[in-house]
Amino acid sequence: MSTSSEIYSLRINGKEQHVKDSWIGESLLYVLRERLGFMGAKGACEQGECGSCTVLINNDAVCSCLVMAASAIDTDITTVEGLSTQENPTDIQQAFVTEGAVQCGFCTPGLIVAVHHLLESNPSPSEIEVKEALSGNICRCTGYGRIFSAVQLVISQREKSVS
Amino acid sequence: MSTRTTSKQRDVLGVSALRPDGIAKTQGTFSFSSDYTADNMLWGATLRSPHPYARIISIDISEAIKIAGVETVLLASDVPGKATYGLISSDQPVFASEFVRYMGESIAAVAADHPETCRRALDAIVVHYEVLTPLTSIEDALNPNTPSIHPDGNVFRHQHILHGDASATGDLVVEGEYEIGMQDQAFLGLEAALAYPDSDGKGVELVVATQWLHEDQKQIADCLGMPKEKVRLQLGGVGGAFGAREDISLQVHTCLLALRTKRPVKMQYTREESFFGHVHRHPGVIALKHHVTSEGRIVKIEGTMKLDGGAYASTSSAVLINGVTHIQGPYKCANAVFDGYAVRTNNPPCGAMRGFGVVQACFAHEGQMDKIAKAVGKSPVEVRLLNAMEKGDTLITGQPVESVAPVARCIRETDALPLPAPLSQSTETMGLPGGSGRTSELHNIKRGIGWGVSIKNLMYSEGFDDSAEARCTLADGVATLKFATAEVGQGFVILAQQIARTILGVDVVVLDRIDTEIGSAGSTSASRQTWMSGGAVDGACRLVRERLFEHVAHTHGLDPLQLVIEDTDIVDTMGPLRISVSEASKGLKIAQTFLHQHRKTEELDENGQGNCHVAFAFVAHRAVVDVDVELGLVKVVQIATAQDVGRSLNPLALLGQIEGGIAQGLGLAVMEEIIVQNGIVKNPSFTDYLLPTALDAPDVLFIPIEEPDPQAPLGAKGVGEPPCISVTPAIVAAIRDATGVDLKRTPVRPQDICL
Amino acid sequence: MTIFSPRSLAEALQVIHEHPTARLLAGGTDTMVEINFRHFEPTDIISLRYVTELQAFADQGHNFRVGAAIPYKEFENGSYAHVSRALSEAARTVGSPQIRAAGTIGGNLGTCSPAGDTLPVLSALDAQVELASVNGVRTLSIHDFMLGVKRNARAANEIISAIHIPNIDGYQGYAKVGVRNAMVISIASACLVHDPKNKRVALALGAVGPTIIRCRDSEVWLGENADLSTSAPLSPEVLEEFARRVSSEARPITDHRSTAEYRTHAVGVLAQRLLKRAMQ
Repeated sequence: MSTSSEIYSLRINGKEQHVKDSWIGESLLYVLRERLGFMGAKGACEQGECGSCTVLINNDAVCSCLVMAASAIDTDITTVEGLSTQENPTDIQQAFVTEGAVQCGFCTPGLIVAVHHLLESNPSPSEIEVKEALSGNICRCTGYGRIFSAVQLVISQREKSVS
Repeated sequence: MSTRTTSKQRDVLGVSALRPDGIAKTQGTFSFSSDYTADNMLWGATLRSPHPYARIISIDISEAIKIAGVETVLLASDVPGKATYGLISSDQPVFASEFVRYMGESIAAVAADHPETCRRALDAIVVHYEVLTPLTSIEDALNPNTPSIHPDGNVFRHQHILHGDASATGDLVVEGEYEIGMQDQAFLGLEAALAYPDSDGKGVELVVATQWLHEDQKQIADCLGMPKEKVRLQLGGVGGAFGAREDISLQVHTCLLALRTKRPVKMQYTREESFFGHVHRHPGVIALKHHVTSEGRIVKIEGTMKLDGGAYASTSSAVLINGVTHIQGPYKCANAVFDGYAVRTNNPPCGAMRGFGVVQACFAHEGQMDKIAKAVGKSPVEVRLLNAMEKGDTLITGQPVESVAPVARCIRETDALPLPAPLSQSTETMGLPGGSGRTSELHNIKRGIGWGVSIKNLMYSEGFDDSAEARCTLADGVATLKFATAEVGQGFVILAQQIARTILGVDVVVLDRIDTEIGSAGSTSASRQTWMSGGAVDGACRLVRERLFEHVAHTHGLDPLQLVIEDTDIVDTMGPLRISVSEASKGLKIAQTFLHQHRKTEELDENGQGNCHVAFAFVAHRAVVDVDVELGLVKVVQIATAQDVGRSLNPLALLGQIEGGIAQGLGLAVMEEIIVQNGIVKNPSFTDYLLPTALDAPDVLFIPIEEPDPQAPLGAKGVGEPPCISVTPAIVAAIRDATGVDLKRTPVRPQDICL
Repeated sequence: MTIFSPRSLAEALQVIHEHPTARLLAGGTDTMVEINFRHFEPTDIISLRYVTELQAFADQGHNFRVGAAIPYKEFENGSYAHVSRALSEAARTVGSPQIRAAGTIGGNLGTCSPAGDTLPVLSALDAQVELASVNGVRTLSIHDFMLGVKRNARAANEIISAIHIPNIDGYQGYAKVGVRNAMVISIASACLVHDPKNKRVALALGAVGPTIIRCRDSEVWLGENADLSTSAPLSPEVLEEFARRVSSEARPITDHRSTAEYRTHAVGVLAQRLLKRAMQ
């Protein structure tokens, strides 16, 4: 846009990414998707009420639609693309498919990031803890049942591999 | 109560095969329509009316077009073809020019270099309106003295039904009035499309998230004034649909902007705009009077159904027919006098949403069943079993239910599912009504149980020429399937592969791009694609298998009728030959196209009589709720359900449909409503239009009732809609049970319970 | 249009002194909604992400000094969950886990919505708001800070630097009514603090007036009609009269989220339940 003035760089999945000619009001979600090509974060509400755009900033799961992109300089941003390689999906990603937790899939990347964050901070959450931790991620297709199953599958697989 | 199949068998029909697009969706690499971009691309945006009803005096775009970065501004006068569109009746302008008839109606579209530039351009367009008094009530719309707000009049359709003996009476009369609020489909993947103009300006390609590529193609081509073949559509990844993508939203606008600017144009709605950009579930009022015997048998039903269709027709007339023809519910009923009306108002347009008219009907008839039960001193289960429809019974349209109708079985098997553990001190506050608000304690809570049972038609009705096409190509052991079936999340892509593996004995099934390069598959709606596109893929694969058998038979000097597929081999049933399909098809390329059509249906006569539907599915729901009676807060604890599915083709995908539908029905029961006051939408955002979260999800117990339908190509009935139909009345009945309050309206609001 | 990212409070104060119309940006969970919905067009922005002083915490015995840019999650179950049980309960109801990781207590004060979840807690606890500028630091009572619907007493060149939260020995609790079990804006909320040492109960209501309502009359009445030096259960009559009086102190409106009648009823119920939890 003509009124742009910002040049800054963001550290995304460990790599510096330069942002030029941006408008100051652009959210991190917009910059990730439209300027830098990280399409994994999805936009569905623009107000932090759906969780589709969840990313990690300094290991906190946050809504990228509510982060002013230019304010996220000097942070470590992890998107869903940074969690795995195409050939090697994580156990969480695999479990989502195995348990039928994916239908239209629009909420899925945000959920994957949220579940990743949950199990990093609490490896064996109770059922209600899982529900609370995922209560910021709206899924309109599944009714959540298969998502809970997927999370339980990962928890039990990880417990098994430890013992 | 999952029925997962976990053995390592081949992913054929009946197995819980996994999504081919699943991993990509978890990794964020699957391309939704909003993920497409193009070099030199512009953004498009729509100017919408702030008024529900107004005359447009003037539109001044001169300041908007001057803004740096703005490439074009389009108005109604820029539409080269037909000025209107619509699924059933073409009554909605591409851009309003004379009148705006609902808040959010499109007036202009802009294309610019950045979404923010677009928004500034929209701000700079000056529209002078003469604001008019909106028509916002159904009763006013039905009043013949009310001036028409559209040349086509204020009533979309009236349907009278007269069945059996109008003078029949029973021992008792049970009356009730019911009201349903306006629900939004609220798919997560917002409307989005990217249009690429042909270099000669004579055609356009559109990547779009839709439920029905070919219907879009037809309507777009008409509005662009182009031949259909010049408008080519490709399905962009669809982030849910639920009926909201059946009508045109941004398709025509995007193509117009691209053709005008000769550059690729992307349009993408915001959530707020999405609430104005697609149709919703019809709100309505239903009055029902049941004449019953002292035992509780239904003798006759009388009443009216009035639906608010909003400003434009969309599918209102079809939704109404679905509503009135299902008003008896899944129960025997020999006599009926009923009238249905769908009207035009200056409220948001309403059309298709999962359940399509039957949700409204079911909320009313199930409320009535509980009242009948009470009146005759029977339990909700007893009175429903007493009246349960059986094969051969007729609808109040005179149409017999010819195929399997396991209504009683659905009820009994649901009833046999275990109830949840009673509340105890160990129940966490988070799991009580009020959830994280920590409002409730055990002694504030009352538990209730409620029932809902429903019948839902499958496929389109009233003589609609419904078909689906698919092509199968077999080469070197690999099957490739081509169809225009919109995958919206339901999992047809899994099913198509399962069919090909089953019929052809192949393991690798490639899915070709979903676009308009093949004939129509019809819409992904009306619970029809498993039956219709499933039938088409099945038919195409069977034709390919015939050619393959002929080839093998010819090579080995056998009769092709002797050959069968066993796993991945072709086997001679009369001799020793066994050859793998991949070997047998080496160097071959067999391609076959199949068009699947269901049996013909009829239009209704003036008394609402006729065989207007194709087939039916049935379902029962039992809801258990906890209610904080003093505050009117509800937690749905458990839903038990048995559904007539014909045949379970993929138990995992089936369970996903069941659980997902239940969550949407739960939303309509306790939280989801578009609030419209005097034509103004008050809550077009996810802050105020509330969807169920993970903490609102109930436990679901599910039993599939498998009685294969001989009419269905795969024996399977569509399963998408039934889960969300009777769950709403079941939950509301459970709240009535817990509180003793005679709730007439859904969604139930806290004040409806406690004040 | 510039975004400033000062690295110290002094630097931040200098920037806002020179750019008094700049918008302060902490967690972004309110400002970005305004921008995304075009209710606010950003010009100059001062990002407080790197002002470490605003993350500072100090236990000062009689009270806690909490930095304004501390996110909700730290009060919910993180490092500062011990500061106030009511604050912890209120923090847990703010938006979603994602919002609670980004949004800050100072942001809640800055926005000053009547539905702000931590505000009834700060009101019931008689918290003090610390405002810094290049001219120095002033401390205002929360009651003087909150002026009306999204209006507060922060001057254009000030930054909310910290909140002083009294350390009160006794029951404190927060309860909130929303139509959904999580991630919901309050349609009525209440915070009750019992201070047996000083024989008093404080009650503040959210979402039932232009700003947080402190129920002074009900508090006084309760002090006169109940022994608040202990937490012995109160009679049903006292509980009900308390609820009735609290309801009459509410000044709610009817909007698309709820009705005035329901909100009036709900705060009475919440007040009674919280009082019962305190006195048992």
